[in-house]
Amino acid sequence: MVSPQTPETPSQLSSVPRIPVPRTCPFAPPAEYGRLRDTAPVTRAQLPGGQEVWAVSTFTDVRSLLVRPDVSSDPRRPGFPEPFPDAPTEEPGATEGPADPEEEAPLPQLFEMDPPQHTRYRRMLIPELTVKRVNELRPGIQQLVDRLIDDMLATGPETDLVPAFALPIPSMVICQLLGVAYDSHEFFQSRTEIVLSKTVTAEQRETAYLELYAFLDEVVSATESDPTDDILGRLVVKYRRTDELSHEMLVNTAVLLLLAGHETSANTIALGVLTFLEHPGQLRILLTEPAAAVSAADEMVRFHSLGDVDISRVATADFTLGGQTIHAGEGILPILSAANRDPQAFERPDEFDIRRPDSRHHVGFGYGPHQCLGQNLARAELEIAYRTLFTRIPSLRLAVPVDELDFKTDSQIFGLRSLPVTW
Amino acid sequence: MQITVDIEKCCGAGQCVLAAPDVFDQDDTGVVVLLDPTPPTSQRTAILEAATLCPAGAIKVGA
Ligand code: HEM
Ligand code: SF4
Repeated sequence: MVSPQTPETPSQLSSVPRIPVPRTCPFAPPAEYGRLRDTAPVTRAQLPGGQEVWAVSTFTDVRSLLVRPDVSSDPRRPGFPEPFPDAPTEEPGATEGPADPEEEAPLPQLFEMDPPQHTRYRRMLIPELTVKRVNELRPGIQQLVDRLIDDMLATGPETDLVPAFALPIPSMVICQLLGVAYDSHEFFQSRTEIVLSKTVTAEQRETAYLELYAFLDEVVSATESDPTDDILGRLVVKYRRTDELSHEMLVNTAVLLLLAGHETSANTIALGVLTFLEHPGQLRILLTEPAAAVSAADEMVRFHSLGDVDISRVATADFTLGGQTIHAGEGILPILSAANRDPQAFERPDEFDIRRPDSRHHVGFGYGPHQCLGQNLARAELEIAYRTLFTRIPSLRLAVPVDELDFKTDSQIFGLRSLPVTW
Repeated sequence: MQITVDIEKCCGAGQCVLAAPDVFDQDDTGVVVLLDPTPPTSQRTAILEAATLCPAGAIKVGA
């Protein structure tokens, strides 16, 4: 046991809070996070594996933490938080396979890098996802959404909205952007689910990841010999040929974009449709006020903050945050969902309100140099999905009661496994 | 109003372009471009919003 820091109120903090806390309500982050934010904004907390880290939960503290040059995103540094330890392996002796000591450590992903390496790789990707670039993609996204709704209407009057709508939109978009064949979607969606699951063993996760890697390895090799007009093709022409980007690093980047590009958006689309069905007043505003349809995307990201504690940091120097001294080598978990419901930052924070004038102020896409690279694409996907679905199928409603819905409580990223609807 | 941007810090998230499209843009490399370094005061609210939202602290607003 690590000895506790001198707590402000010893009686109250005699036991260190435990995080992550599972969600119980599909429309709100765990109440415990709100209590932490309001009583102990920067505090020691214990992870399931016993590791003690700092939990940071106010909007101001989260933002100031994430811009500090003396916090690192590199999980190889000692002290880095491990909020979701792997489930124990079924057979204790069975650790052959990927754990070969000869094998080099896996290459870091973009979100695991620090400057200047992070800056170098991030700048290769930025031009692909600027506001301007995404605006050029909008007509294509609109067409795709319309086509999915045509199919629903042709086969309806009922469907499961997750496979029929929420998953295909971001999956098709990112496949097209990367130059990956969409008919592989069942493969990469199922492997993504395993990679993000909180209940699989280390081997299951590793195998799923290696399968994704092998799949994109082939795609990248094909692109290298014949560069196509897509993100991977342009990266090959600009950076592979000059060797600024290795083959392995390009495959790695492709894996990240494919995963990050479909899973979070799909979950936010599905939960968002449910949220509108549960808030008919907001649905009316969505359909009558064009400006609110735009800010609805950000409000949905703020309101749900799906990737609860999926971003981690470790201090590389001593500093003070929220009155506490954080030492070099100590792990830190910014709790984005708590920050996004901070009453000091948002009026009526627990209300779903798509008219918020400050809709983009949330930290649901993170903050600082790692702030979501795909945020403008995600905004476009969400906005077009909600507006088009409810405009074209105004009578859309749930086909089962809310309490019978299958929520992804076992995933690092919350969402819906299925969403039966009718019209 | 006097605006400066630090292109070394910019991480290309595009928050400034969404907040104040008449003042900020992103160039072909995705890095911020200042369209108007001395914008009219009518842009004040939009520019302060951009500076607040910029995740990299790359936008400075002077008097
Ligand atoms: C509603 C949808 C989305 C949410 C809520 C979301 C959330 C986030 C968050 C919180 C981070 C910060 C991670 C950190 O600071 O460690 C992040 C980073 C990232 N996101 Fe997203 N994301 C979404 C959609 C997307 C999409 C559609 C793409 C791809 C096209 C994408 C690509 C990325 C990448 C590449 C990073 C790493 C950036 C870096 O480390 O510099 N995301 N996202
Ligand atoms: S908001 Fe900041 S980081 Fe983003 S593009 Fe503008 S200046 Fe660059």
